Amino acid sequence: MKCRFCLLLAFLATFFCAAMAADGAWLKKVPDGDRARTNPYANDADAAAAGGILFHNNCAHCHGQHAEGKGSRPALKSDRIRNATDGQIAWILRNGEPFKGMPRWSSLPEAQRWQIVAYLRSLNADTSGGLQ
Amino acid sequence: MQFAHSAKTMRLGVLLIGLLTAMGGLALAQEKPYFVTYSHDLEEPGNLEIETQAIAASPDNANAFFAPTVEFEYGATAWWTAEVYLQGQSTSNDSTVFTGFRFENRFRPLPREYWINPVIYVEYENVNDADKSFLEVTGHDSATTLQVPNAILRTETERTIEGKLILSGNGKGFNFSGNMIAEKAVNEAESWEFGYALAASRPLALKAASHACTFCRQNFSAGGELFGGLGTRYSFGLKQTSQYAGPVIALNAPNGFTYRFGPEFGLNDNSAGVLWRFGVSYEIQQFAGWFRRFK
Repeated sequence: MKCRFCLLLAFLATFFCAAMAADGAWLKKVPDGDRARTNPYANDADAAAAGGILFHNNCAHCHGQHAEGKGSRPALKSDRIRNATDGQIAWILRNGEPFKGMPRWSSLPEAQRWQIVAYLRSLNADTSGGLQ
Repeated sequence: MQFAHSAKTMRLGVLLIGLLTAMGGLALAQEKPYFVTYSHDLEEPGNLEIETQAIAASPDNANAFFAPTVEFEYGATAWWTAEVYLQGQSTSNDSTVFTGFRFENRFRPLPREYWINPVIYVEYENVNDADKSFLEVTGHDSATTLQVPNAILRTETERTIEGKLILSGNGKGFNFSGNMIAEKAVNEAESWEFGYALAASRPLALKAASHACTFCRQNFSAGGELFGGLGTRYSFGLKQTSQYAGPVIALNAPNGFTYRFGPEFGLNDNSAGVLWRFGVSYEIQQFAGWFRRFK
């Protein structure tokens, strides 16, 4: 009986976490120190180009070739990403949301994760509307 | 005759990998160059990695052998990876035998990336004593076993439950990984056996190039591995067991293949002289989605 109650609690906790993550709640989890970090490759066209190659090799299968999103995987050409700080995007790349399906990309060197951030910034810079 | 059969199997393997290459999408997994040590990297959810790694050695007072292992690794979720291994070996002047299979699962219990990250590894093995894959060393392992003919070795099959505590972290571009291994035979009255594996590696360049390239420095990573047995519950320690160490190098090619190579040198009298290892893996991104396309 006790075990069944624990299972129910675990299920509810997982459901609650999933619901939190779906609405971009991860943005609030980013510690202040990480949020304030700036991209060492900001406005670097070469870094954005390299980030584009990394994005297409590693991210596009889930988020779409043009970051338009795929199924339940969110678009990365969006107001959410446009309004996020560089530090927040770098944080989600490093930590992922493993219980929501987003893997950690800590296997990529930090410099390459910043190059992906530079690419996402360039992608969102030339968007007037944005997908959500 | 046995080698002809082996060549036929190899041709089939090459054909299978070629077919999967044609089917699958591009992938550029940042694979570590390790053969024995696990890092905290898991397979991305939905991805299937097919890998073949082989070991060749010509130990003193024993016949030369070639032992291939085929691995299928699937990212079930972002925190759980499952893997199946199929193993065999071919010994010159002896025979070619299938030695068994392993089924393993790796779980990352913590939701965030830390300076050191634990991964829980649980494995079931059904492998006979003719196994020469050296996927780990546990207990009191000795190279003298390599002198025993396959016909005798393969009559003994060990069914084992194995657990590993994987501790791994990244810093300044380096990866440091350590595995503590404990295993127990479930079909024999043997005590717990222990082993370890340590490794470190780094990509040759941390920044990616702004143009697509195969032999760019960021696609190479190099490092070293050290692994060996730690005896049993009743005689724990580094004595009377084999120990190996060696450099490893990997190329993560942009066409989705990863190539790894490394010689491992025996460090004591219980070890085989040199183990030559090489591996090729291919990652199919969103493997489950590939089937959905044909609905």
